[in-house]
Amino acid sequence: MSEQNTVGAISQAIETARDSALQAIKSASDLDALRALGVELNKKESQLNSFKSDMGKLSSVEDKRTIGQLLNAAATLISTAIETRTGEFTELEISNRIARESLDLTELLTQRRRGHSHIVTQATQRLEDVFVGLGFQIAEGPEVETDFNNFEALNMPKSHPARSEFDTMFLEYGEPGSVLLRTHTSPVQIRVMKSWKPPIYAIMPGRVFRRDTPDATHMPVFHQIEGLVVDRGITFAHLAGTIEAFTKAFFGDDFSSRLRPSFFPFTEPSAEFDIRRADGEWIELGGCGMVHPNVLRSGGIDPEEFTGFAFGFGIDRMAKERHKVGDIREMYTNDLRFLRQF
Amino acid sequence: MKILNSWLNDFGVFGTNVEKLSTAMTSLGLAVESVTQVDTPIKGVVVAKVLRTERHPDAAKVHRVYVDAGDGKELHVWCGAFNMKPGDLIPLATLGTTMPDGRLITPRGILGIESHGMLCSGIELGLTTDADGILILPKNLKLGKDVFSALDIKSDCVFDLDVTRNRPDCNGYLGVARDLGANLRIKIAAPMGDKVKKGAARTIKVTIADKKRCARYNMTVMSGVVVGDSPNWIARRLTNCGMRPINNVVDASNMVMLELNQPTHAFDAEKINNGFKIRCARSGETLVTLDGQTRALETTDLLICDGKDNPIGLAGVMGGAATEISGQTQTVALETAWFEGSGIARTATRLGLRSEASMRFERGVDPHGVDHAVSRFAFLLRESCPNLVVHSGASDVKEKSLPAKQRVVALRVAQLNRVLGTKLTTKDISVILARIGFATKSVSGAKTPSLKIAVPSWRPDCESEIDLVEEVARHYGYDQLGKVVPQSTMHGRLSPLQQRRRDLRDVVLSMGLSEAMPNPFLAPGDLTKTGLTEDNAILLANPLVFEESILRTSLRPGLLKAIGYNISHRAANILLFELGHVYPSGTAESVDGLPDEYESLCLVAVGETSALALDWWSQLSSVMNFGAQLDQGSVEPGFHPKRSATLRRGKQILGCVGEIDPRVLAKNQINATVACLELNLSVLLSETPRVANAKPVSRFPRSDFDLAFAVPNSQTAGAVMKALRQAGGVELVVLELFDVYRGAGLADDSRSLTFRLCLQASDRTLTDAEVTTIRQRCLDAAAKLGARLRD
Repeated sequence: MSEQNTVGAISQAIETARDSALQAIKSASDLDALRALGVELNKKESQLNSFKSDMGKLSSVEDKRTIGQLLNAAATLISTAIETRTGEFTELEISNRIARESLDLTELLTQRRRGHSHIVTQATQRLEDVFVGLGFQIAEGPEVETDFNNFEALNMPKSHPARSEFDTMFLEYGEPGSVLLRTHTSPVQIRVMKSWKPPIYAIMPGRVFRRDTPDATHMPVFHQIEGLVVDRGITFAHLAGTIEAFTKAFFGDDFSSRLRPSFFPFTEPSAEFDIRRADGEWIELGGCGMVHPNVLRSGGIDPEEFTGFAFGFGIDRMAKERHKVGDIREMYTNDLRFLRQF
Repeated sequence: MKILNSWLNDFGVFGTNVEKLSTAMTSLGLAVESVTQVDTPIKGVVVAKVLRTERHPDAAKVHRVYVDAGDGKELHVWCGAFNMKPGDLIPLATLGTTMPDGRLITPRGILGIESHGMLCSGIELGLTTDADGILILPKNLKLGKDVFSALDIKSDCVFDLDVTRNRPDCNGYLGVARDLGANLRIKIAAPMGDKVKKGAARTIKVTIADKKRCARYNMTVMSGVVVGDSPNWIARRLTNCGMRPINNVVDASNMVMLELNQPTHAFDAEKINNGFKIRCARSGETLVTLDGQTRALETTDLLICDGKDNPIGLAGVMGGAATEISGQTQTVALETAWFEGSGIARTATRLGLRSEASMRFERGVDPHGVDHAVSRFAFLLRESCPNLVVHSGASDVKEKSLPAKQRVVALRVAQLNRVLGTKLTTKDISVILARIGFATKSVSGAKTPSLKIAVPSWRPDCESEIDLVEEVARHYGYDQLGKVVPQSTMHGRLSPLQQRRRDLRDVVLSMGLSEAMPNPFLAPGDLTKTGLTEDNAILLANPLVFEESILRTSLRPGLLKAIGYNISHRAANILLFELGHVYPSGTAESVDGLPDEYESLCLVAVGETSALALDWWSQLSSVMNFGAQLDQGSVEPGFHPKRSATLRRGKQILGCVGEIDPRVLAKNQINATVACLELNLSVLLSETPRVANAKPVSRFPRSDFDLAFAVPNSQTAGAVMKALRQAGGVELVVLELFDVYRGAGLADDSRSLTFRLCLQASDRTLTDAEVTTIRQRCLDAAAKLGARLRD
């Protein structure tokens, strides 16, 4: 056999061995079989590797190079084929796993959720935040108060006729008629004036009590927020400006406000304040005025040195109107079906 | 106060521009509650005369009325009222008339017989409040004429004003007109009084015994009175202002009251026995008032008595029955007085007899308006009594306590401008105040001017400088004072406590609980039902209802009620909390004289156990840095004695965690367990949590091992953990109880507790020997508590 023929025969054999290896890779049934096949093909005794030893029989460098190149090309083809096939099997395995892991997430939706804050609390916090933004701090006081703080210090001495309008609930505690459930948040004004000293920029939210039979718009226990500013040079214009700033911050820029004369024993000049909705309708909101000199004196503040203003309104009504609650009593049934709406 | 537009125009040329008048009144502080159109003429209603009436055998409830509507023809009308007789003039709504309620008058009849219109009642025409019969018209009207023009009734409107208590003068037309006149620059004048010459002297002696309570008493005698109906215009005005016409004498008195804010009372002069005496009641005295009721009197009630000292009226509140005007009265004795307000208020409130008159005395009438009121009364009564004689010699007793005609109040210009933020001058102020009858008497001080203002007697509310500042502001216009946002010199923020309260709420909400706001008033027995004492509860002195007569000392009763409500409405996942005040009476000698009120937090969950309550506590204490020890030895009343623990810090009790006592649940008809956590926030929220200092994290390996002990039930897991922690020392960096097991392989009175321990030093790798030593220390410590290591 001529060398030429030998080279030709080896080449032929290599191609055959390569093709059968590729065929085997192609038909491997799974990753394990492929892995075993790879091991088999890499063995020294494998058919293709055996050709390497045959190369020694060739004398011509030319021939050796030819066969060597042929073998390398075959080996590259085979390893690429194994790699590709391995990739295919891995991909298949993962996609099978993904398919197996299929999950109905709607089965997992639970009823468990965050609780609901009472709408009066929500309103109170919104109001607090607005006033904090306007430079106010928050003051608090007890709900059981003395007659002095609730009335006398607020320019309503014992015989004052306006007292009858407050429908006060008195307690069997201490001297008869001396301790009561506060009828408004205003006694906190007295506490703040005594303990803070001017300048005072304070709001006072809280629970208040009136001896009112409950109906769709009244509860004997309800909530108010009150504001008090005492500083040098405070004027009526500052009162109107604060009400306007609050109105826009809380209700929106398309709202405006107005003050009209009214009467409260603890402020003078006194006013009611109304807000105007975008549609032009006026809504009565609360009362306000310049702190009466007698009240400043009760709080230990010299009315010749300081002036101040105060304002106040109901929180329950705001919550009621914001959420379109038909009957204010519904807000106090503690019915979870009601509470969980907000 | 109801202000009739046409009546107001008697006081000045105010016109009929409702919008303009409303706006002006509102800007003055006379809040317009409503504006009602009245006396709107109805087209097609004519004067008709009743010719005859006839019954129909098949119609029981109606009869047939034949009328003449001016054209001589006989018209037939069915009618359900029977109060007319032939010859009466009545209003006939002719065919095609649309009534104010929208009804169209058609010939549709009864029993196949057509009706040629409808006879009208006063209420159907909006002319009276009488719905019972057909309105009988005055005899002198022309047949066929439009009823409204025949009666000279023109469209009008009523402003319903909410008069604040500082403006007694505005409980009369005159006061409203004064303010409005000043605002709209309209000249005003009080309506005319009686100018007829006075008759012969007739004096009834008046003695005032209580000179503080009654400072003026005028008693004028008028004869020639014929008691009867008032003229139509008077009746119409009273009706439109919400008062029922009674008779000409009472109506004249009411007219004067509405116009001038001065109540008067007319006695039958013939029934007066020997003069008047005004004094306070003696205990045990009684009086039969106009309404026929016998009133038991108290010594604070001011009485009008006759000359024999017998009570004949409750001063300013209600007259007595014995001296009442009757149809036969020919001579009246008219009382026009000034009574001190708070005394009248006390009597009226006590007897539940607040009237238009008592309200006016209570708020304040003009002590110097008496003469005008008397002459105005005479003028109005003369409208129906042309032979009225006003006798001279009227008694008019004035006491020293009578407020002066003018009160002088000082007003500093600088003070006014300081409060209002204005730059008004002395002249500006004088001009504004002059418009409402406040005269400037003098000006002093060139650099810091001060005005002496004479306040008229009809404005008892203006007593001090600030009152005058308000008057100037009102008439200058609140909307002219500007709007300036003050630059707060404080910085706005929540206090640390308020911020912590918000954080706390947030944690509670995140655990799925919704916020309830139960009534803080409890029924007697509610606390007992919750396992709590009523000894430290405060009672309301004047509760609305018996069921709400006790102040709560705990949030639990309210939440248990809320649970019951939700269970009865079949709610699932009942998780509720409340954050609110409770009011135990506390120690009597508290500094401020107030109860020991404090803020409390209570969480409840239905169908849950202590496990959940403890989970709540763990989360709250870790987020909020609340620290307390669990003490199962003493449990708060109302909690399950064996499944709850007090949260305490030494002697201080901060709350309780666990389950509600089954006995409490039974009393509240709750058929499920209730997990509960109650905290006293007065301590917990006011604490400032310590800021943690950073410690370097150890770079050395950790040794982890588990220890499973059989522990007798009498020993708590907490005690074992405490012993392990102490024995482990600083190297024990993690100690967790991760398994509790009861059952096979364990004695009945014990359970298995498995702990995970992690040992680590910050500066070195622990040697095997060290780990073994620490482990042994832990085992020894546990053994002392009877905990036996399991294999």
